[in-house]
Amino acid sequence: MNHLTSETFHENARAALADVQLRGALRNATSLFGERRLSAARSLKNWEELRSQARSIKDKVLLNLNVYIEEFVRQAETRGARIHWARDGREANEIVCRLAKERNARVVVKSKSMTTEEIHLNDSLQDEGIQVIETDLGEYIIQLAGEVPSHIIVPAIHKTKKQIAELFTSELGIEPTDDVAKLTSTARTILRDKFAVADVGVSGVNFGIAETGTICILENEGNIRLTTSLPAMHIAVMGIEKVLPRFGDLDVFLKLLPRSGTGQRLTTYQSLITGTKRRPSDEGPEELHIILLDNGRSRMLAHPVTRQSLACIRCGACLNACPVYQQIGGHAYGSVYPGPIGAVITPQLVVFEKTSQLPYASSLCGACREVCPVKIDIPQLLLHLRTEISQGGGRLDVSKLKRSRFESTAFTLWATIMSSPSLYNASTKLGRLVQRFIVNKGQIRQLSKISAWLFPALKAWTNGRDLRPLDPTSFRSHWRGELSRNVDESKRN
Amino acid sequence: MRVALFVTCLVDQVWSAIGVSTVQVLRRVGCDVQFDERQTCCGQPAFNTGYRNEARKLAQNFIRIFEDSDAEFIVSPSGSCTAMVHHFTELFPEEPDWRRRAHQIAERTHELSSFLVRVLNVDDVGARWTGRLTWHDACHGLRDLNVKTEPRRLISKVRGAELVELKNAEACCGFGGTFSVKYPEISVAILDQKIEAIEQSKVQAVVASDASCLMQIGGRLSRKGSSVRVLHLAELLAAQ
Repeated sequence: MNHLTSETFHENARAALADVQLRGALRNATSLFGERRLSAARSLKNWEELRSQARSIKDKVLLNLNVYIEEFVRQAETRGARIHWARDGREANEIVCRLAKERNARVVVKSKSMTTEEIHLNDSLQDEGIQVIETDLGEYIIQLAGEVPSHIIVPAIHKTKKQIAELFTSELGIEPTDDVAKLTSTARTILRDKFAVADVGVSGVNFGIAETGTICILENEGNIRLTTSLPAMHIAVMGIEKVLPRFGDLDVFLKLLPRSGTGQRLTTYQSLITGTKRRPSDEGPEELHIILLDNGRSRMLAHPVTRQSLACIRCGACLNACPVYQQIGGHAYGSVYPGPIGAVITPQLVVFEKTSQLPYASSLCGACREVCPVKIDIPQLLLHLRTEISQGGGRLDVSKLKRSRFESTAFTLWATIMSSPSLYNASTKLGRLVQRFIVNKGQIRQLSKISAWLFPALKAWTNGRDLRPLDPTSFRSHWRGELSRNVDESKRN
Repeated sequence: MRVALFVTCLVDQVWSAIGVSTVQVLRRVGCDVQFDERQTCCGQPAFNTGYRNEARKLAQNFIRIFEDSDAEFIVSPSGSCTAMVHHFTELFPEEPDWRRRAHQIAERTHELSSFLVRVLNVDDVGARWTGRLTWHDACHGLRDLNVKTEPRRLISKVRGAELVELKNAEACCGFGGTFSVKYPEISVAILDQKIEAIEQSKVQAVVASDASCLMQIGGRLSRKGSSVRVLHLAELLAAQ
């Protein structure tokens, strides 16, 4: 199956807008999650205080990341975990494949993890002839369909119940049914068998606790518990930014993350894994490997503006709140992380020139910033990336970017005009002369072919909307006439 | 009280009635309004599209022009352009002097409704407009300047006007500056959610405090042949 790429974002978005079923599913799901988040947030009186606390913990971690990472590594190793360092996705995948092969693994079960999606781990394992089974229901559906997740928290958010039922019938050979309980129990039965035979379980990590070397993973289905405890080897892939200093810091994040993500007070399961089993009679895997992944994160860390990108706890609230995501869904972004936070981190993780449309996929309305549990100023980050694209000056490699020379020339010209009142007056006068040919009963309506060719931006606007033209009389003309004199008259009165 | 009007380029050139109405409302509440004809644009289109060098140049012009004014306050009929002035300091990360000047200008600059309600403590400007209307919270006014209750208080005192809340009053209209022409299909898809709510609310007019949102909403209403009018808050408050 060919997956969409960020390079064709605009085309992807157009196709998504034409997909009535997709837009219906998105509209239902994003508004439902948005409402649940709001009522969950309101159930806590100190929501704003918690957001500030969470952010200040993240800021402290990010400013001292080396210290906390080292402590985490020390503590985790003391308790029997083995730590691996991966500079990028390729290195991380190599480590996982090597470990799996050392175990002669034929089946790997996976719990839902955006970090392993980020590095495309499944492809690497399958290339080695290892069967990979996604065990989160949403991820399982996506895997059956040969797709990629379209949401950070709800991978199959774009699918309707009907589509899932049809998929189960065609892929799993069950009788057609729209009974959700039957569908889930089918998946459950199949997945239970896979857990029993799996040699390796792969998970992500929500939080890594420096103080104790513990990894914390949240979930609702119990599949993570099984993934991390049944197979003899557990491999956890963890972004280096996931560290929290103390066990007690979990308190604030456990309040924020489930409420922001699904609107739950707490997820059904919270797994806290500290090292491997101590005695042979204990339960749990024999080996625990934690892979610490950089993959562009240290570059984000190095710049004071982009640093806050690493505060993200992957709750997905900004996706549900984003008017762009609500219309086009996740696949159109062509990136593992979609939505506002995806538009921020993807260009910093992946090769920038392939994803440079994403920072523009926002109206800068700020709804994302409003819902973010760790107060990431996403509009500021989008503007920062747009500036890097247009003018460079940051930490990203923009040398291979295709910049729009037309746009930069237009802005230079525009700034020259706007810097000079006389040029401003002259150009608006010219505009009034030119627009006489295209104004029709007080509006600029759909353009003729020639006008559309001459004015591409006007064409883009007027395809769906009329445009209010320049006023026959500008405000400054009013001011020069009667309006400014009123001051004196009112003083006389 | 002396007030320097920052009319914004959009109002100046495309919707001058908003500027005229702003002057009338400010005078009605006792302000002495100044207008410096050297002003053009605050630089927001460049800033929001990533052309920070150009935005800096225009910010410096803006600061110089309004520093010349002896008015205590700078007032604008746009939440978005006022928010841009409040962002000026970000344009001078390594120039403390310009940052200080930008900060001083930002402290004097207010969006019209918040100036009336928060600074002057006025909510009744003696307006009369008969009919059913609704309010659209423009994003930058709402989320950058925290303007939410002020326009509603002002509207509640307009004689004859009945305010109906939209179920998605706080949702973006899809304008987003250059976004509206870079991704016009997405922009209109977002807009249509707003239009749907407006149509359901059975109002005669949609009121907002940004000409840009009103052009976006009004442009779609006009294209659909709707009879709903778009009205700037200043126009509503000036009506008698």
